[in-house]
Amino acid sequence: MSAILEVSGLVKRFGGLLATDHLSLSLEQGEIHAVIGPNGAGKTTFINQLGGEILPDEGRIVFDGHDITHEPPFRRARVGLGRSYQITSVFDDFSVLQNTALAVQAHAGHSFRFWQPAARERALVDPAMAALAQVGLADRAHTPVSVLAHGERRQLEIAMVLATGAKLLLLDEPMAGMSPLESEAVVALLHKLKRQCTILLVEHDMDAVFALADRITVLVYGHPVATGTPDEIRNQPEVREAYLGEEGVV
Amino acid sequence: MAESRAKPGLRAPQLFAGLLLVFLGAVPLLAAALGEPFWVTLFTRVLIFALAATGLNLVLGYGAMVSFGHAMYLGIGAYAVGILSYHGVDSGWLQLLLALGVGAAVALAVGAICLRTSGMAFIMITLAFAQMLFFLAVSLREYGGDDGMQLKGRSLFGALDLNNATVLYYLAYALLLVVLFGFWRLVNARFGMVLRGCRSNERRMGSLGFPTLRYKLSAYVLSALVCVLAGMLLANLTRFVSPSYMAWTVSGELIVMTVLGGLGTLIGPVAGAAALLLVEEGLSSLKLGVPWLDTLLNQHWLALIGLFIVFVVLVLKQGLYGWLVAREVRR
Repeated sequence: MSAILEVSGLVKRFGGLLATDHLSLSLEQGEIHAVIGPNGAGKTTFINQLGGEILPDEGRIVFDGHDITHEPPFRRARVGLGRSYQITSVFDDFSVLQNTALAVQAHAGHSFRFWQPAARERALVDPAMAALAQVGLADRAHTPVSVLAHGERRQLEIAMVLATGAKLLLLDEPMAGMSPLESEAVVALLHKLKRQCTILLVEHDMDAVFALADRITVLVYGHPVATGTPDEIRNQPEVREAYLGEEGVV
Repeated sequence: MAESRAKPGLRAPQLFAGLLLVFLGAVPLLAAALGEPFWVTLFTRVLIFALAATGLNLVLGYGAMVSFGHAMYLGIGAYAVGILSYHGVDSGWLQLLLALGVGAAVALAVGAICLRTSGMAFIMITLAFAQMLFFLAVSLREYGGDDGMQLKGRSLFGALDLNNATVLYYLAYALLLVVLFGFWRLVNARFGMVLRGCRSNERRMGSLGFPTLRYKLSAYVLSALVCVLAGMLLANLTRFVSPSYMAWTVSGELIVMTVLGGLGTLIGPVAGAAALLLVEEGLSSLKLGVPWLDTLLNQHWLALIGLFIVFVVLVLKQGLYGWLVAREVRR
């Protein structure tokens, strides 16, 4: 296995605050790599730099052979980087299927097509339905997004990333606010996706993280204090102190 | 947006849209039957502004780009006719070529700059460009400057005699129908989905992999060109061009028409243009037979229009036609 994502010496400052502190990280092809850390550890800032919505002050991000450090988000998506958002970010005017088909469309040639109704393009609808089936939303395909329950919106968020056909999924707290039953379904889904694509998972649900991750990186004040297998992480004293000790409180 | 979701069968919005278009198609016949030739001129104006508002709606309604400078494209269309006619070029085809060429070039340049901004900055910068063009027109002394100029003749399009009011009317009507049909296809095709996606959540469009700027710019240019066509028709209707066609108040009126009828709905801008211009005409020439009331209405009709707009926006929220569409979706 080889590295699909290589992050080296990433630094991001917001004024005096060092949000990302010389962060280096390497993701192997096909692994689920979890990034955990207490609130304010800079997990979302890190994901935003990978996605391109925030540009780093220093450091380099190489994805699948492309140096994407300074690329805009859409170029990163084009080379196979897909992301989901911590706060559900879907298209409220559209149906579940339209949302997912739009994600397919982003990677199915250009969209300067002015005549053929997109809703009838099999090349868009079929892959979209497949992605919805994967997350268990197929029976809600024609529902307007605005009436979906919270958990369903989170599922849609994942379906959209899948529909882009991304090689690397950046999932920012995919289980946030889900019921235990829904979380379980997502854990099962991510299990199935293992090896099919690489996943960088930011998640607060420790049971899910330890059940899914091949490796875990612990982030504290924007700096990775430890990286290792779930067993290694569980037994590291500084990790327990920095993060897992808090678990009882959270 | 609701058009794509509407279930088959004739429902209130479609019925209304159909009736409105059929009525507009019958206006010259009705005018002749009732002996009111002025109607044809009035409704040609309605059609022209409906066309311009429909163009604006592509960016304003479907793309959430609040352009406060679309009157500039109305002006470009009108001046292309005016200036060529002044130099003795009456060919409508040449005028069309110049109007679309200049319109596309200006829209491409202005759009490429303006679309780097959004929100309030976009509104202000589109207004600034429109004002620049307005003052450019004012400075053209050769072509009438501030006062504008009378056209020597109307555009010549082969056998189409635009001096015949009915012919001009049906030309405007046909153009409106073609643009409406084209836009109906467009907003439901891939391009329209991208545009509407940008309206809803541009950040997400980027992270999905869409280079949003080039789609928004294309929509902006397309929308400008529809207004250019409307401007050409306007010059032919009035046989006159003047900087007032691209005054900022005209840009504002186009926005009001679109919002009044229903943002982001196909027929909304047509309904809005018709409502605004007809209420305007009705109030300013109303004769109720009560002298003091007539004077009041005829002098202060603008204030009453203000009340009408406030009512529509507050009570119907999505505009006249938008309200019908939203009601259908709620069911």
